[in-house]
Amino acid sequence: MAYKIVGSQCTACAACEPECPNNAIREKEGTYLIKSEKCTECIGYFDDPQCVAVCPVDDTCVIDAAYPRYQASA
Amino acid sequence: MQDDRQQLEKRTQNPTAECAGLVFGEQAAPQGCSAGGNGRMGCGSGAGRGDLPPEIWEKIRNHPCYSEAAHHHYARMHVAVAPACNIQCNYCNRKYDCANESRPGVVSERLTPEQAAKKALAVACAIPQMTVLGIAGPGDPLANPEKTFKTFGLVAQAAPDIKLCLSTNGLALPEHVNRIKALNVDHVTITVNMVDPEVGAQIYPWVFFRHKRYTGRDAARILSQRQLQGLEMLAERGILCKVNSVMIPGINDEHLVEVNRAVKSRGAFLHNIMPLISAPEHGTVFGLNNQRGPTARELKALQDRCEGEMNMMRHCRQCRADAVGLLGEDRSAEFTTEKVMAAEVRYDVSARRTYQQAVESERMAKAAAKQAELSTCSGKFSDIAIQVAVATKGGGRINEHFGHAKEFQIYEIGTAGVKFVGHRRVDLYCQGGYGEEDVLPVIVRALNDCVAVFVAKIGGCPRDTLQAAGIDPVDRYAHGFIEQSAISYFKDYLEKLERGDIVHVPRGDGAIRQGAYVAA
Ligand code: SF4
Ligand code: SF4
Ligand code: SF4
Repeated sequence: MAYKIVGSQCTACAACEPECPNNAIREKEGTYLIKSEKCTECIGYFDDPQCVAVCPVDDTCVIDAAYPRYQASA
Repeated sequence: MQDDRQQLEKRTQNPTAECAGLVFGEQAAPQGCSAGGNGRMGCGSGAGRGDLPPEIWEKIRNHPCYSEAAHHHYARMHVAVAPACNIQCNYCNRKYDCANESRPGVVSERLTPEQAAKKALAVACAIPQMTVLGIAGPGDPLANPEKTFKTFGLVAQAAPDIKLCLSTNGLALPEHVNRIKALNVDHVTITVNMVDPEVGAQIYPWVFFRHKRYTGRDAARILSQRQLQGLEMLAERGILCKVNSVMIPGINDEHLVEVNRAVKSRGAFLHNIMPLISAPEHGTVFGLNNQRGPTARELKALQDRCEGEMNMMRHCRQCRADAVGLLGEDRSAEFTTEKVMAAEVRYDVSARRTYQQAVESERMAKAAAKQAELSTCSGKFSDIAIQVAVATKGGGRINEHFGHAKEFQIYEIGTAGVKFVGHRRVDLYCQGGYGEEDVLPVIVRALNDCVAVFVAKIGGCPRDTLQAAGIDPVDRYAHGFIEQSAISYFKDYLEKLERGDIVHVPRGDGAIRQGAYVAA
């Protein structure tokens, strides 16, 4: 149920932080992290995951396979 | 020492407009003031006040960014508080500064709004020439509106005499125009590289707009529409708006003439065309694709074509975004975040005013000297125009040793007058590992389009090398005013031509140095 940020690629530009509808993104020691329990993959808010759409580095905000895909509680 | 203190200026893109009411004539030379009618004011073009409305004139006459002459005497500083960006440009890799306002390949220190405001005040206290605070990249200030406006708010409160400016890619501009107006921001720079989505698609891989990423022509169409709309909104509200364009040979070079018309008709008062700076080590799309930047001659030809249309700015030297200091000088080491945060800053407006008055009288002396020299060659007429390079530390004087110059100022002289055409960098930034002996060829290449180089002093060896390359090393005007000396040199040049002592050979092209300007 979540996206994650590939830390080694993150430029710490902070673009993703304010875009996240769930306030799931924070800075920690010079790179940005997604709190997986808060991330909804933007489902219920936007068509595209905002962190992916705004991130300047391709393949940096990616699906975290450790979590099952998010299901909107419809 | 006096000269040292007057070095101002400092950083990036600074255009220029001169000839204030009282210093009218300082730039009065070529195609300027007298022409007047087209509203151009100058920047580097030596044009005059023209028919600019008085309130706009007042805004720019001491502006280090917009007045070529003021550029010698006043400084501007930039702080980087806004790392996020909402678009991607092919000449940017985001690890470095926003290439739109400063240079790729360089990293500026990121500050919090509080740190940035304190730094601005500390610098303003130490350097009375500092009259403008800008927010530039890395990132887009309007993609980080809270940080940007907070910084401005803090500075405006503590130091109301400092002008504020910001540079943006324009995507988010329309929704922030009212806030920009409310904060009394002095001027805004928009980087407009195209008005045609076909061209834009080759420059911008994507934009992030209203929660969606757009690519290709759609991205370029949205960006262009927002840029032009933002420009119109600024103009309606009486906020000065300058347009920057990055000249990318083969992609938008021809197209920039159209951009020039589009932005002029929407109220931009100045257009600055900058060369693409691109090298593989910057890791940008253009860098990796070996997209080249323009040569000095290509750049000048395009600027000349657009100049008929509106104000062009030529003294942009694409410095790094957090540099502090004046012409060719970087004092940022004195103002590290650590030092600034530890220091107690007391802002003293009156000391700043005293300095600024001294500068005004120096500028008047310079203007008078130029006028006097010009009058001695009235009556002469010739089609010939030459370019000369000048080693200067600022203050509008020839006061730098050839061997110490990190950049040269290039002036074009004809019987119509003297006109500043740009900076030519010769520092060794990005040269990694090259030894001293390689410096001279670099300089010769950079100054290849110049007939002479004016210096305060020059050693025997470089003198011979320059002469061999057909560039006349001139130290007889040491410490003189640049423009006065240039006219005097040109007079001699014409006389020698008449007597047949020398032959006028058109010079070749000059090389534009790649990489950011860092006066190390
Ligand atoms: S996918 Fe959406 S919810 Fe998840 S971290 Fe990214 S922006 Fe936040
Ligand atoms: S947008 Fe991308 S690069 Fe920027 S902070 Fe977020 S994850 Fe890192
Ligand atoms: S607007 Fe500036 S920071 Fe954003 S991608 Fe372009 S050059 Fe880079």
